[in-house]
Amino acid sequence: MSAEALHAKDHGHDHGHDHGHHHKETFITKYIFSQDHKMIAKQYLITGTIMGVIGVMMSIFFRMQIAWPKESFTIFEIFLGNWAPDGVLSADKYLALVTIHGTIMVFFVLTAGLSGTFSNLLIPLQIGARDMASGFLNMVSYWLFFISSVIMVLSLFVEGGAASAGWTIYPPLSALPEAIPGSGLGMTLWLVSMAIFIASSLLGSLNYIVTVINLRTKGMSMTRLPLTIWAFFVTAIIGVVSFPVLLSAALLLIFDRSFGTSFYLSDIFIQGEVLHYQGGSPVLFEHLFWFLGHPEVYIVLLPALGITSEIIATNSRKPIFGYRAMVASILAIAFLSTIVWGHHMFISGMNPFLGSVFTFTTLLIAIPSAVKAFNYITTLWKGNLQLNPAMLFSIGLVSTFITGGLTGIILGDSTLDINVHDTYFVVAHFHLVMGISALYGMFAGIYHWFPRMFGRMMNKNLGYIHFWVTAVCAYGVFFPMHFIGMAGLPRRYYTNSEFPLFDDLADVNVVITMFAIIGGIFQLVFLYNFFSSMFYGKKAPQNPWKSNTLEWTAPVEHMHGNWPGEIPHVHRWAYDYSKPGHDDDFVPQNVPMKEGEEELHH
Amino acid sequence: MTTGLLTFIVLILIAIAIWQLTKIFDLSQAKADNTQVANDKDNNINGYLMMGFLMFIYVITIISFWKWGDLPLIGNSASEHGTSVDTLMVISMVLIFFVQTVTQALLHYFAFKYRGKKGRKALYYADNDKLEFIWTIIPVITLAGLILYGLFTWNEIMDVNMDDDPIVVELYAQQFNWKARYAGEDNVLGKANVRLIDLGDNPNILGLDREDKYAQDDVITQELRLPVGRKVVFKMRSQDVLHSAYMPHFRMQMNCVPGQTTEFAMTPTKTTAEMRETPKIVNKVSRINSIRAAKSKELAAKGEEALEPYEFDFLLLCNKICGESHYNMQMKVIVESQEDFDKWIAAQETFGKKK
Repeated sequence: MSAEALHAKDHGHDHGHDHGHHHKETFITKYIFSQDHKMIAKQYLITGTIMGVIGVMMSIFFRMQIAWPKESFTIFEIFLGNWAPDGVLSADKYLALVTIHGTIMVFFVLTAGLSGTFSNLLIPLQIGARDMASGFLNMVSYWLFFISSVIMVLSLFVEGGAASAGWTIYPPLSALPEAIPGSGLGMTLWLVSMAIFIASSLLGSLNYIVTVINLRTKGMSMTRLPLTIWAFFVTAIIGVVSFPVLLSAALLLIFDRSFGTSFYLSDIFIQGEVLHYQGGSPVLFEHLFWFLGHPEVYIVLLPALGITSEIIATNSRKPIFGYRAMVASILAIAFLSTIVWGHHMFISGMNPFLGSVFTFTTLLIAIPSAVKAFNYITTLWKGNLQLNPAMLFSIGLVSTFITGGLTGIILGDSTLDINVHDTYFVVAHFHLVMGISALYGMFAGIYHWFPRMFGRMMNKNLGYIHFWVTAVCAYGVFFPMHFIGMAGLPRRYYTNSEFPLFDDLADVNVVITMFAIIGGIFQLVFLYNFFSSMFYGKKAPQNPWKSNTLEWTAPVEHMHGNWPGEIPHVHRWAYDYSKPGHDDDFVPQNVPMKEGEEELHH
Repeated sequence: MTTGLLTFIVLILIAIAIWQLTKIFDLSQAKADNTQVANDKDNNINGYLMMGFLMFIYVITIISFWKWGDLPLIGNSASEHGTSVDTLMVISMVLIFFVQTVTQALLHYFAFKYRGKKGRKALYYADNDKLEFIWTIIPVITLAGLILYGLFTWNEIMDVNMDDDPIVVELYAQQFNWKARYAGEDNVLGKANVRLIDLGDNPNILGLDREDKYAQDDVITQELRLPVGRKVVFKMRSQDVLHSAYMPHFRMQMNCVPGQTTEFAMTPTKTTAEMRETPKIVNKVSRINSIRAAKSKELAAKGEEALEPYEFDFLLLCNKICGESHYNMQMKVIVESQEDFDKWIAAQETFGKKK
């Protein structure tokens, strides 16, 4: 392995040489087909942000339809064109918006945008490596992600519209163009895009795993890894275990759709005709889908938790409380996440005994989650909290993680799930616990590592406004949503006006939509801050947050290999903040232990 | 439309105002340190805002309960198993709100109390096995209790059998409506398959086997009527895509899967008439009707037809995305006395007679 050879060389005789500049870099190799992990991280971030803008705009559009059903909006005419004839959103395109919103946010923003950005940026920098194990595969991974994003966006423009079967694309709805127009070319493109996305994700994940295992600098034992790296590492493992299953699910669906097989389809009579399918089962698809789908929740969430662990410790000027328990929780969550998928299927018609098993494993996963939440709170206790925007988003994450996680106790219990399954209660639950929490993790990461990426600071006051308005709006949207779910309102309804039973929920829906619109608009504050700070932000010192991890020991300049001289060696864990016996309230990992200094954390 | 546009304009104005405010904020700070790292003043302001935010969380909780917290689906269930579901729901909710209130308070209070100050040194406190053991074991015990209760109830609900002389009813789903099929005198549903569907002159819309003797006395209807106090075994079928038979008032839901028959059994305990009399429903209906009356006035002003007043009925809704008109796939459910039900079913034409 070439990177390993390179690495070995670093320890040998490469002193003070910037070996990344053997050949002249062109614009193309520097900014486009770059193999440098820092540039690839930025590419992921920018692509993810653009997808995020699309995804959030879609959510605002369909929220407007729910609050003011069948009203005509000029803004629909402008952005949605023939999806909204005369400015009135049509029923099947409402479902297309919901579907693509889910797909984009889950996969393109919170998987690739979050994990892709920060795994790429931080793994080599925090473990003390020159780059990823394979820079080339890393580049391929990004470009596959880019292609899949383009295909997903293009699928919005094809005849029949984009995929409209929900982001879970359950067949037969997703398999039969007769059932909904979006299941024609739109769904084909969805599947192609996701297949490419999975390839991208696998290449990325394998790279992360190999890098963490092989390229740690001298002294960086697994128990000295920052929690960010633990989170990224374990996330990559879950991805490698579960994404291939989604790929096979998608392939079989492609076969059913295009080559007449019957993996998921049986006994179908639609539009006056019997179809030939015989013997398949949609429940099989649900199993395969959720075998990825549930771990996917943690693929989204764990990196966010890793990022906040790091940021909360740094800004509390305190060691993270219970480092080993945090690592154990990450591992426990990762393991359990692969055996709980059935809680999405309690009432799918699968054997009820399986329901019991999945209830059991699901409620077990609450335990490591609770440990994490308590450890975060204890880390704040008696700290010296530096309330930077990144810290606020991290605290916000703990708050939404608790609020959203607690309702999981209801949904994970098969008995209670019967009546709230597929209602807005579920929508509220998973948006808080994985959507908002992971987004907060992503924002926290961006505010915290922006100086590391661009050498400039983001404006803190804009950051504060961004946080407080977002925090209020997120609760404003999703807290009341639990209650309309408990009133029995099903999700994915184009309008609720067909049921007088739900008439008294119309005002709540208006409130929710208002909060969503305000929250959405205020993301412009973030975008402005992000892009303007990139060029006009205040120049950042090398270690603005007085942090311990290795990425702050490397200069911020475009350089392949990260450190101009030797790679720093590691002598301690990442959390020696406010350690007695030191003058500063932080001791970077590359500072040798003083004579007689104890490792206090074991 | 106008409301939408107005809101939009107001929001944009607010955004501009805040943008201007930050500019002023920035300018006023220009002389002070400009490192973009939080200083004591930022820590102070944001620390207080943390407490404000805690209040916000509590207030929105209280408002939600007060305005929308009649929790129509907790208590007041209309089925036998519904009461134990509701009890478990109440226990879980109390627990959740207790934990939520305490942990949010700790989180935000600590964020406020320990907000940074120059010169203060944080406590180097890396772990404490006893504490961590305590907050591992407490969730373990609580969850064990919930799991046990949940599993017993679940097994009871899902044990679909033919004890207690149930009636057998098929719920048949198609884009975008429901049909019911009663098993008739023999209480056995005739064989059926979508391949036998015939929409011609002598229609066979559910694809029953015309030769099957059990099919002859089956009754196919557009509404679902159930006798009160009698166990019903539902068999669900779908002819096209996934649907979900959701009857919230009976705490009942099961997917309808093409190519497979799924089951759910329950015993309705209240007739439609009785349910309409319960205080919760009376309240809800009067609230809905005042909303509808106000809306009707608006419509009348525009010269459109007024809305009909609402009367409560049990409903069967589709709760699995099934296509364009998913949002309007419903069937009225009527629960009545055994005598009324017998009279009604006797008046229906059986499948065999239709031939």
